[in-house]
Amino acid sequence: MSRRRTSGPFDLDRWRPAPFLPERDTRDSALVFVVAVLCFLACLTALGVIASDRAARGWSHQLSGEMTVIVRPKANETPDSAAARAAETLAGVPGVAEARALEREKAEALIAPWLGEAADLADLPVPRLVAVLLDREAPASAQSLERALLARGLDAVVDDHTTWLADIQRGAAIARWVGLGVFLLISAAAAAVVAFATRAGLAARREVVELLHLTGAEDAFIARLFQVRFAQMAAGAGLVGAACAAVLGAAMRLGGGGQGLTPVLPVAWSDLLAVLPCPLAAALVAAVAARMTAASLIRELS
Amino acid sequence: MSRNPNAAETADAWDAVVRFDDVSMRYGREPETLKDLSFSLPQGSFHFVTGPSGAGKTSLLKLIYLAAQPSKGLLHLFGQDVAQTPAEVRPFLRRRIGVVFQEFRLLDHLSAFDNAAVPLRIAGRKPDSYRQDVAELLTWVGLKDRMHALPPTLAGGEKQRLAIARAVVGRPDILLADEPTGNVDHEMGLRILRLFLELNRLGTTVLIATHDQDLVARSGMPVLHLEDGRLAHMGPVAAGARP
Ligand SMILES: Nc1ncnc2c1ncn2[C@@H]1O[C@H](COP(=O)(O)OP(=O)(O)O)[C@@H](O)[C@H]1O
Ligand SMILES: [Mg+2]
Repeated sequence: MSRRRTSGPFDLDRWRPAPFLPERDTRDSALVFVVAVLCFLACLTALGVIASDRAARGWSHQLSGEMTVIVRPKANETPDSAAARAAETLAGVPGVAEARALEREKAEALIAPWLGEAADLADLPVPRLVAVLLDREAPASAQSLERALLARGLDAVVDDHTTWLADIQRGAAIARWVGLGVFLLISAAAAAVVAFATRAGLAARREVVELLHLTGAEDAFIARLFQVRFAQMAAGAGLVGAACAAVLGAAMRLGGGGQGLTPVLPVAWSDLLAVLPCPLAAALVAAVAARMTAASLIRELS
Repeated sequence: MSRNPNAAETADAWDAVVRFDDVSMRYGREPETLKDLSFSLPQGSFHFVTGPSGAGKTSLLKLIYLAAQPSKGLLHLFGQDVAQTPAEVRPFLRRRIGVVFQEFRLLDHLSAFDNAAVPLRIAGRKPDSYRQDVAELLTWVGLKDRMHALPPTLAGGEKQRLAIARAVVGRPDILLADEPTGNVDHEMGLRILRLFLELNRLGTTVLIATHDQDLVARSGMPVLHLEDGRLAHMGPVAAGARP
């Protein structure tokens, strides 16, 4: 920049007025860093809230779309035929998409851990399980399944997963509120830091405020200088923080995989858009803080 | 109330550019720094404010450039009662007043040229309308080769000359200068005095706070002499030089 030269002949024709506020100020680097970090954390929390909400939705969706029926064979019937009959009965109930009797081995595998190696499962009347997939549009109720089974003389218990569902939904709600709380807390901290640092930055440029004021600059003119400057700075810091959070989110999406974070925190590509308002919000907070601080500094002068 | 016989008493006292009527001033809750000042500066006049250190010279200038307010009495600038002047109008009064601050108040991140141009920019002038004037003025005060120097790299006397250039660049109606020859040699002191006298000839009302008695004597201009916040004497140089 030629007008920043401090030696050699002064080129009058090329002179352009320099900004009233220093373009770059090392005093601001701490502000930029802290705002960027807080914006990063706020964006990360936002991504976490969105993803965990989706995870909870996914699980409860899956659980609420299924029921498990436990069939206890009566004396006059083999367990296999009772299970087959139950599956056939259930498949005919309106609102059931699919009913499938689990093989004996699967049922035994499920209860084996409770009985121990020693037990000879072949001798035991192991109850059979029927997995029921419900029609998503108009799911059948547990009662309607029970009625249908009873009508065919089957001794069976329908587990509609309500206990699990309630647990998952309660857990998800807690996670959502905690996440939202943390997000709001971090956002508030970021806003407070932006406001505080803007105040400090402005006080450090008190001599500029004073001189412009005494030279006849209008209050709104001075306030606008600081408003624009600090809004730009906060927007830049917010952008860095948001971009880092988005990169981390993308890494989780890519690297999570089946065994990784994906089932717990299923980040979708569209979630990354949630970081977009961050630079804008940071800029807005800084602008308001700068305006208020400049106004109060100017009031002290006159 | 002591109306000073040396101040223009009649009709033009009301046309005076600066007019003090029984003005007192205090900082916060402290005792009064300035007490019952009454005088007026007619349009186009040239005065010195003299007095020992702490007498209130700087405070008197502050009242005029609207950095402080009277605690009592009436202060008129350009015929307007400043206490009644709406806040939106005060910046426009300030633009008609050029000030050489005792501590200069240069902006360290701006070049000498940019510093000198500040009042013109605030007044909303376009760079092309003033760049030549600023360059000539800086040349005149001997800063031709320091135009893009930053203030921290300037010597004391250079800073002072830059502060003076900035104060006069907008051709103010009133020029206030607080110890403007404090950091310059005798030769430069005379050049600065000549600049002030030249501006005065063009119609600017000039008020200079100084304890440089030699400068006062050379100019032959009248003196407002302050003692302990009171106007002890207002009149020709000879009397002012001997308190
Ligand atoms: N900002 C201030 N706050 C409180 N007292 C002040 C302030 N500025 C000046 N004073 C006091 O007012 C008196 C006059 O000061 P000043 O106007 O600077 O005198 P001079 O310019 O003649 O040396 C001094 O006693 C000084 O201590
Ligand atoms: Mg002083």
